[in-house]
Amino acid sequence: MKLNESWLRTWVNPVIGTDELVQQITMAGLEVDGVELAAPSFSGVVVGEVKATSPHPDADKLTICEVDGGDQIYQVVCGAKNVRAGLKIPFAKVGAVLPGDFKIKPAKLRGQDSQGMLCGASEIGLEDVVDGLLELAADAPVGMDIREYLQLDDAIIEVDLTPNRADCLSVRGIAREVGVLNRVAVTAPDISPVAVTSESVVVVKVDAPEHCPKYIGRVIEGVDLSAPTPLWMQERLRRAGLRTIDPVVDVTNYVLLELGQPLHAFDLAKLDGDISVRLAGKDEKVILLDGQELSLRDDTLVIADSAKVLAAAGVMGGADSAVTAETKNIFLECAFFAPLAVAGKARGYGLHTDSSHRFERGVDPALQETAIERASALILDVAGGKAGPLVSEVSDANMPTAATLQLRPTKIESMLGMPMAASDVEEILTRLGMKISANDAGWSVVAPSWRFDMEREEDLIEELARVYGYANLPTRLPLVQAQPQVPEALLSVRRVADALQSRGYLEVITYSFVDPAVQKEVDPTVAGLALANPISSELGVMRTSLWSGLLSCARYNLNRQMDRLRLFETGLRFVPTKVELKQESVLSGLIYGSAAPLNWSAAARKVDFYDLKGDVQALLGLSGRANWEFVPAEHPALHPGQSAEVQIDGVHAGWIGKLHPGVAAKLDVAEDIYLFELLNDVILSASVPKFVELSDQPAVRRDLAFVLKAETPAGSVIAAVRSACDLSLKDVRIFDVYQGDRVPEGMKSLALGLTFQERSRTLKDAEISSQIEAVVSLLKQEFNAHLRD
Amino acid sequence: MENLEKITGEALAAVAAATELRALDDVRVQYLGKKGEISALLKGLGKLTAEERPAAGATINVARDQVQDALEARKAMLEAAVLNAKLASEKVDVTLPGRGEGSGALHPVTRTRRRIEDFFSSLGYDVAEGPEVEDDFHNFEALNIPGHHPARAMHDTFYFGDGRLLRTHTSPVQVRVMENGKPPFRIIAPGRVYRCDSDLTHTPMFHQVEGLLVDEHVSFADLRGTVAAFLQAFFEVDDLQVRFRPSYFPFTEPSAEVDIACVMCAGKGCRVCSQTGWLEIMGCGMVHPKVLEHGGVDPEKYSGFAFGMGVERLAMLRYGVNDLRMFFENDVRFLTQFR
Repeated sequence: MKLNESWLRTWVNPVIGTDELVQQITMAGLEVDGVELAAPSFSGVVVGEVKATSPHPDADKLTICEVDGGDQIYQVVCGAKNVRAGLKIPFAKVGAVLPGDFKIKPAKLRGQDSQGMLCGASEIGLEDVVDGLLELAADAPVGMDIREYLQLDDAIIEVDLTPNRADCLSVRGIAREVGVLNRVAVTAPDISPVAVTSESVVVVKVDAPEHCPKYIGRVIEGVDLSAPTPLWMQERLRRAGLRTIDPVVDVTNYVLLELGQPLHAFDLAKLDGDISVRLAGKDEKVILLDGQELSLRDDTLVIADSAKVLAAAGVMGGADSAVTAETKNIFLECAFFAPLAVAGKARGYGLHTDSSHRFERGVDPALQETAIERASALILDVAGGKAGPLVSEVSDANMPTAATLQLRPTKIESMLGMPMAASDVEEILTRLGMKISANDAGWSVVAPSWRFDMEREEDLIEELARVYGYANLPTRLPLVQAQPQVPEALLSVRRVADALQSRGYLEVITYSFVDPAVQKEVDPTVAGLALANPISSELGVMRTSLWSGLLSCARYNLNRQMDRLRLFETGLRFVPTKVELKQESVLSGLIYGSAAPLNWSAAARKVDFYDLKGDVQALLGLSGRANWEFVPAEHPALHPGQSAEVQIDGVHAGWIGKLHPGVAAKLDVAEDIYLFELLNDVILSASVPKFVELSDQPAVRRDLAFVLKAETPAGSVIAAVRSACDLSLKDVRIFDVYQGDRVPEGMKSLALGLTFQERSRTLKDAEISSQIEAVVSLLKQEFNAHLRD
Repeated sequence: MENLEKITGEALAAVAAATELRALDDVRVQYLGKKGEISALLKGLGKLTAEERPAAGATINVARDQVQDALEARKAMLEAAVLNAKLASEKVDVTLPGRGEGSGALHPVTRTRRRIEDFFSSLGYDVAEGPEVEDDFHNFEALNIPGHHPARAMHDTFYFGDGRLLRTHTSPVQVRVMENGKPPFRIIAPGRVYRCDSDLTHTPMFHQVEGLLVDEHVSFADLRGTVAAFLQAFFEVDDLQVRFRPSYFPFTEPSAEVDIACVMCAGKGCRVCSQTGWLEIMGCGMVHPKVLEHGGVDPEKYSGFAFGMGVERLAMLRYGVNDLRMFFENDVRFLTQFR
């Protein structure tokens, strides 16, 4: 909300400057977003009076004016249409500097001397209401600096109010707050009932009193909508960010800003019969003031006459019954709509108005009688007319009642960490307008009608803390009572991330919502959960794999001349199943480019499957176990010949493989990208190390080379070797794989190194030989493998 | 015997002339070997009389020792030369880069998040996590934000059209922790949050860390002390000015926005703090009794505080990153700056 300081100071005028005022209300919880002046800087402009005019001899559109600048009479040539003798206007003398660094110099216009310039509103940074000169009031003192006369050095303070402080959505509300903080009196303008000089009424029937506990209205006949809104009111409206429209709308806006009460005026001539306040029928239509047609929901409160909907209550009036330039008689509405009747309704139609903003947060339910009198008086002043009697429909049963709250000194102390003197408590609450009475347990408190946010004891304590000043409350660091226990048999995501970092990986963080087209390529078997309101269609569906984001990262960086990537990400993937949405924490990675950074010592080589597998094995090895398996398997996003399912103790733990060339082509990324994705729940399960006695017996190494079919998986060979041997076999390693001229076509040679050792005795040759024989025999049997010559 | 002096002289000359270990060994064999010339003289002692023998023997032994010493000295010298030559030949250019991978990097958000976690872990807080696809109850209702509440408009929520939504803050973890446990609670909940907003200063996904402490006798003073201690530790500024400004969150009361003296200009006023000297850094407050009740905690017995901060905001201030969007572009040139 934009608040102008000069207006505020007519209500409450503490002896502090603007900066201190801003600081004070900020620290009271009314955050100030910014402060600006009511007009941009300019100088040398005074109130001038046009004494006489004569037509320019050589130009039809120009007028020669005799202008009183307070010190002397100047001749000024003016092109404005509304220039006339007797008019008071802003007069920029020679030497004046207008906004935009526009300097006024003596000039000759078509041969006639011009000593200065007569200004329109926009020329001194204000809003143009009429085409031409800004017409000042007849009593404006000639010669006075225009900045002083129009109070243009007034600060416009933009206050960002939190939703609980609806009571501050007006000059009156902020004045009350400033009064409390400075302990100074708040003076409201004199608001007394206007004289009723007409008998004209409109009958009002409230059918939904729970939504509209109070509805007050009045007819005003014979208003003159061509009357200009006075400049002071225009300026206050402008400084609050509102435009001048017509005297009636301006007054309702003015009262909204001044008191916080939204009002609405209907053109009496356009009403058919009585007014009813009721819920809309389903799909009932109304065309609003802004021209938009609404098809109403049946939970929407409306103002209607016997023929049509006139307004969405508390939100916006309808176009059909709006006040226009032809309007002569109006019906002025001033209601208290229950917050819940308005809350969320405007938003449901994509609307947000000054009125709905206030009603949904809550308007002071005791304010309507005052506000309608204030508005009536201002309308009569500005546009004339005769006021009819007030029509008032109040449902006492539905009017909010202020709760009586119990406040305990013990609760104050336990919440704020210090006792507060009873005198402070009483003084602060009283200044806030609360009625308090001491009782055995502390105080009984009733909040004023505008503080409907006071619902429980804690609300009162917050007010005490706020007004007392947070900075004046104690501070302490609570003692540590417990140390969290971290189970050792559970790896942390942090541990695996560190391991990947050590292996040269960069961590990325990508959006959890991805492009559905990418998602479909990466995981065509699952339909990702789609957002109803995505920020863009490329971020429309929840990822079912982190590969979508990683591949997009790869493309982004490859487009920026990166030729080598090692990336990883941890986070949730969102996999819909028939039963539930699985939100699984996963760790995923991607590598691309040369196996090592460009270097002097080894020939450049592209990464392959085994580079990535080595990294993944290193991660799995952090668990202290060796219970994993890489099982050849196909995944739609992976190369069918270079992909494996990772299993731990037979449980699915993830995938590893080369990006499928078809997917690479569709996603427009490089082909030789390798990916993995592992389920954190499975891979983070570890074991606590268990010590085994060291053996001081010699270890015996035997090397064997087998020739077998090229497609035989090495993993199966190793498993067979292990099964053929007893526990003295400590290690089996493959130290050579050969395919080529020296073995038959379709065959390969695998060289295995077997290490045997017993803990407490030396193995005999015969024992080892018999195990070797068993290995040879089993491999022959299972794979038709034979020892290489 | 008459040859002894000559032989000795020749032997010493040969030793001195030997430039290789093998040649030196040949010299040793020639003079001191079994059939060597000096050895032969010693063997010839038998032909002497018993009276002559001791003196002659002693003379030959002296000569032999002299040659022996010369041989050993020469050998040591030659061996040292060989070693030196070997060492010289094995010299490497230690300025060439080492082999293998360089270090990777953690994302600055992770780095920042860990700093936060480490601080609070040392104060006895546990790290808790929760789902990111949330239900309306945990994200709003249980946090005292009913369906019509104006605060909902400020949340720019992503919906799935079936009642589920993407959590707009990490606060629902508070509720889940309270539902599933018994007080006291002392947790922080870091994680991704989502708001349907994207411009220069907003990304539709970002990170928050939520903190919650619920126990008997927890007061606003404890909250202020904890938050101030954290901010001073995080920015490594012991006398960092921290101010608490009244604010409003539906799930805390009293509520505060926390400002710190701008860490870029030390509170003097700069572009980062919009010349105010202050930076808004986090929101906090005493847990609203309705939230405690939703979590099954008796607000008459227990009280608590909660705070929530944006991880990217802290990371930007800590590392001087000037564009929020860089965090999610994942440009390698950006990421490698956080090794």
